[in-house]
Amino acid sequence: MNKLSLIGLLSLVIRRDLVLAMRRRADVLTTLIFFVIVVSLFPLGVGPEMDMLRKMAPGVVWVAALLASMLSLGRMFSADYLDGTLEQMMLVPQSLSALVLAKILAHWMVSGLPLVIMAPVLGLQFDMSAQALWVLIAALLLGTPILSMIGAVGAALTLGLRGGGALVSLLVLPLCIPVLIFGAGAVEAVVSGTSAGSHLALLGALLLVALVFTPWVTALALRISME
Amino acid sequence: MVPWFSWSAAILFVVGLYVSFFVAPTDSQQSEAYRIMFIHVPASILSMFIYLVMAGYAALGLIFNTRLSSMMASALAPTGALLAFLSLWTGALWGKPMWGAWWVWDARLTSELILLFLYLGFIALHASIDDPRRADRASALLAIIGSVNVPIIYFSVQWWNTLHQGATVKFTGTSMHVAMQQGMYTMLLAVWLYAIAVSLLRVRCIILERECKAQWVSELVEVRR
Repeated sequence: MNKLSLIGLLSLVIRRDLVLAMRRRADVLTTLIFFVIVVSLFPLGVGPEMDMLRKMAPGVVWVAALLASMLSLGRMFSADYLDGTLEQMMLVPQSLSALVLAKILAHWMVSGLPLVIMAPVLGLQFDMSAQALWVLIAALLLGTPILSMIGAVGAALTLGLRGGGALVSLLVLPLCIPVLIFGAGAVEAVVSGTSAGSHLALLGALLLVALVFTPWVTALALRISME
Repeated sequence: MVPWFSWSAAILFVVGLYVSFFVAPTDSQQSEAYRIMFIHVPASILSMFIYLVMAGYAALGLIFNTRLSSMMASALAPTGALLAFLSLWTGALWGKPMWGAWWVWDARLTSELILLFLYLGFIALHASIDDPRRADRASALLAIIGSVNVPIIYFSVQWWNTLHQGATVKFTGTSMHVAMQQGMYTMLLAVWLYAIAVSLLRVRCIILERECKAQWVSELVEVRR
């Protein structure tokens, strides 16, 4: 057997996870529909005054994205854990961190990217301006991968535990608060007339830090969970 | 060592409370309400400090596989959570007369709230894993990740323009009245000793629980009786 390069490994795992996800489209769609419903509930709950809706739109979209990404975390490793694939993955000669990174990327493409694409449509429901929508997309593009990465740590720690779903939210949500603050802050900055640059830069910085550390920590957590 | 720490904590609590409520003068701007600081400040300091100690013990346990340090980490968590809650609660009681609100979404308050959530997450994760060794290692990892938050709390009043006031007590000196200082340091020491006493008591229970099959436990006088 020839040895896979790092890029080869990444693309292999991503392709595999994407195919698996496409075979079960319902799972992907459930997350997306959950996101749409949560966002749509807010105008019904707080009343349809446009001024207020416009003001809370970024926060609502971000909180909904956060909750929707929690929903899909349980699936990140559990199927592979149950059928033994994860154990085999730990035995491959390549680094587990790289494998985990590929799984995180695949998870983001399946559960994060649809949210980013859907968000502008929901933003229109809240009467956001075009400029604010662009910033919202940019912030979500930077922010949702961080949610997947932090979530991966939580998912790995709670692998195979009873009540894992609620527990993973309890562990991950506090750590996601900075992403929420800067993500919603970027849009609010544009709405109030200042530049969103600093918020987006901080989100980018968070993304880089998460990119460096979380695959490694997740791999450690998986090893703890699997022993 | 538990009786030593608990007795000295109790004595210091009495002295500290006496100094803070009867000796320390009334503040010129905040009148009597400032006295809640004598509980609020020690609780906040200790809640942060205990988290660091807990994360340190957790890291030791994870790296060197020492059992006792993991047990210490899980013994410290409830005390830390309690103090974090106490610090938020007393802060709310102080905030109502001073700021006119029980709660404001300010950087320091929010990050202290996150600290409380981190403690609760640690306890919840530890409780939901049945195998104690896996529980130790998994929650140790969580504790280490969460320790990022402690410097954020500490520096939040400098980094952001917050409603919460900056530190009055500094290593270089302070603007407080001497009796206030004495009251606060006594209370700080009292809370500190209390935390040590309670954690040691709890770690004793944890050790006995985990080692209940070991021979030295069955040879204990209390067990044989």
